[in-house]
Amino acid sequence: MALTGLDIYKLLPKTNCKECGYPTCLAFAMKLAAKQAELAACPYVTEEAKAQLAAAAVPPIRLVTIGRGERKVEVGNETVLFRHDKSFFHPPGLMVRVTDTQPIDVIEKRAREVADYSVEYVGLELRFDGLAVENASGEASAFASAVERVRETGLPLILISSDPGAMEAALAKSDGTSPLIYAADEENWEAMSELAKRHQAPLAVLASGLEPLVELVEKVRGAGVEDLVLDPGCRGFDDCLVTFTHIRRLALQKNFRPLGFPLIAFPGEGANSPEEEAILAGQHIAKYAGFVVMEDFDPALAYPLLTLRQNIYTDPREPIQVTPGIYEFGKPASDSPLLITTNFSITYFSVANEVEGSGIPSWLLVADSEGLSVLTGWAAGKFDADKIAKTVKSTGIEERVSHRKLTIPGAVAVLSGELEDELPGWEISVGPREAVDLPAYLKIWKP
Amino acid sequence: MAEKVEIPVQKWSGRVREVTLGATKEEGGTRTRSVTVGGEATLPFLHFEGELPHPPRIAIEIQDKKPEEWSPLLLKAWEEVIDDPAAWAKKAEERGADLILLRLSLDDAQGEENTPEKAKSTVRRVLAATGLPLLIFGPGQVDKDNELLVAVAEEAAGERVVLGVCEEKNYRTIVAAALAHGHLVDSRTPMDVNLAKQLIILIHDMGLPLDRILMDPSTGALGYGIEYGYSVMERLRLAALHGDTMTQQPILVTPGEEAWRAKEAKVEEGIPEAWGDWEERAIMWETMTATALIEAGADVMVMRHPESVRLVKEAIDKLWVKEG
Ligand code: B12
Ligand code: SF4
Repeated sequence: MALTGLDIYKLLPKTNCKECGYPTCLAFAMKLAAKQAELAACPYVTEEAKAQLAAAAVPPIRLVTIGRGERKVEVGNETVLFRHDKSFFHPPGLMVRVTDTQPIDVIEKRAREVADYSVEYVGLELRFDGLAVENASGEASAFASAVERVRETGLPLILISSDPGAMEAALAKSDGTSPLIYAADEENWEAMSELAKRHQAPLAVLASGLEPLVELVEKVRGAGVEDLVLDPGCRGFDDCLVTFTHIRRLALQKNFRPLGFPLIAFPGEGANSPEEEAILAGQHIAKYAGFVVMEDFDPALAYPLLTLRQNIYTDPREPIQVTPGIYEFGKPASDSPLLITTNFSITYFSVANEVEGSGIPSWLLVADSEGLSVLTGWAAGKFDADKIAKTVKSTGIEERVSHRKLTIPGAVAVLSGELEDELPGWEISVGPREAVDLPAYLKIWKP
Repeated sequence: MAEKVEIPVQKWSGRVREVTLGATKEEGGTRTRSVTVGGEATLPFLHFEGELPHPPRIAIEIQDKKPEEWSPLLLKAWEEVIDDPAAWAKKAEERGADLILLRLSLDDAQGEENTPEKAKSTVRRVLAATGLPLLIFGPGQVDKDNELLVAVAEEAAGERVVLGVCEEKNYRTIVAAALAHGHLVDSRTPMDVNLAKQLIILIHDMGLPLDRILMDPSTGALGYGIEYGYSVMERLRLAALHGDTMTQQPILVTPGEEAWRAKEAKVEEGIPEAWGDWEERAIMWETMTATALIEAGADVMVMRHPESVRLVKEAIDKLWVKEG
């Protein structure tokens, strides 16, 4: 639980000596609570107070990282049950499973497919995060060589085996990549904990039901492993929703440490088809998973899933937006078409992708609607005739185009009369309602 | 050193109202069964915490004439019935609909203006073709909505049809028609908790009982603003459970209409390879929009593609397993 300014104040010397740079201990405490100051600035805090403050600063759900470098995945450290309460911060890692019983070329192909897959959404590159390699053969050598192959992708890995010997062989092939070890169970936890420590790798803990899970987590922590991921053994829609909700509530509302770790889910094991797996993965994204391990990989299912993850993890306090101004497509000339839209990312990219795809050089003005879509902006007075006229005048577009014809979105056709009053000498053309129809419109556009 | 884990159980002071759509013969209509939604005493599917008497229900959307602007995939899915709303309704029932949503158009198939007489005849035929409860939405233009909905309300008197959509600028006539003929209404507002509440209050103030109002807070499609709809729904449901009486209405949303407007669902050509197979992706676009919304509290979902309907129903069935 985060401490309030007053809680922190109680732990300070209360002498108001000002050495921290603030007029009073209370002022300093307030800054600390707002995370705008460092405790080290006060030379007089006692060791005991430091320890208490540090304990309180521990996040209720631990941040766990797998992989290294650019493509590493960080999950956990969430602070709310509902995204509207603040935001969800660390999108769950989406992983695809291969098994060491598959022919090596099949494994390699799948690994490359996952590693190379990337889809653009509102200017962002959305990707899957990594691979899970399962020791289905039961043999250490097959497991190790499968891991060695997929390691070449540079993607973060989850190593799946209940056999510490096989795990050790696989870890030897993936040293330096911080893979997730899956999993410590009732039988093997001592050996798995040893491996996790030796290889500085996070460890998944698997037990069916919350009480056995807590018990096992305590043992593993007792053995000195702190970077944990939990698998409470649920696999279906209903049991996972309920169990994951219990764990998230316990961690956040009760500050229950033994369950304050990211969760791992295997939607393919609770589904009868790839579609159902994707739907269940969608549930896990919204309701509290830290890693989602998929059996299937198909772009037609991956794209909606990645989009859902992006949407759910968008910060609700701040619409995603682009910088207002003039955007050029394909070296526009002074007699090229001129369009206007808003700076809400989803709106901008819907339009930009179509204009770009049309191949017709064009100018696109982006008004500062404070991140609102066309109609929302219009309804809120952030994309009205006044704002559009100001954008035209302030961006200097008048010097760059020789014509005086501005195309507005079809959805705000009602603005055209008012705009012609505000922009004397300009002709206002009402474009199509949907951006998809822009290429056809641009083809017949004349200055 | 086993720790006893105490499962947190939230005590909610409020619950969602039950609303019954459609009326059987005994109830004064002609439906083979009525459908009750709402009644939740906890968050979606958390059976351990409170009573959840009714699962979410799916309405399949049909139109009174072939909707030329719909995605070719939808036109293909309903090909044999798309020119005949009665046959379409029947087919939708076969494909798993719990409810039928009939949308009236501005013009008829010949391009002539839709009239109260034509709309009445369409409704009469649809009612005869299916035993499911009906929702009827106007074309979305104030004057035309009023003209057509008043007429069909009279035609369907006693059937407990849901008339829609009531918006702030246009609810009086529709509510009056519902009052006069024993119907329900859909109260739609643009993704805002307070606006949703206010319109429910205005409609209730006209004398329509609360158990005849569905709350429609609007949604965006996956990739096109779903996160706003999702969060407004979660906030509305939490407000209802905390006892805010004017938010305790079952929620209706239209993921079908929203998702099928997206380029991802509509367009086959000139799209990135990473989008994958068109039909599969399009169906998933609608499906995932809908499944995200049931997790946020949707009670009635209006959908378009029979395969998405099948997938969403399967998910609902799996979420609806009550533990002991
Ligand atoms: C998401 C949403 C919101 C979000 C905001 C999202 C955002 N960042 O903009 C929230 C919840 C905050 C919101 C708030 C409000 N909203 Co709102 N909202 C929506 C919703 C559901 C989707 C909007 C959206 O993102 N669309 C997707 C984007 C990509 O669409 P778009 O910008 O229009 O762009 C498309 C086209 O216009 C075209 N296009 C874009 N630019 C250009 C340029 C050219 C040249 C051309 C040719 C085409 C073109 O291409 C795009 C793709 O086809 C719509 C209803 C709906 N389902 O459409 C209501 C809607 C826009 N909202 C509405 C209203 C009234 C409001 C509020 C005023 C309500 C209130 N009083 O609080 C507030 C105002 C905001 C504020 N004060 O902060 C109304 C507007 C009514 C009207 N017809 O004018 C709508 C239509 C809902 C309704 N039916 O009543 N809203
Ligand atoms: S330095 Fe420490 S003791 Fe001095 S005013 Fe700041 S907080 Fe108080």
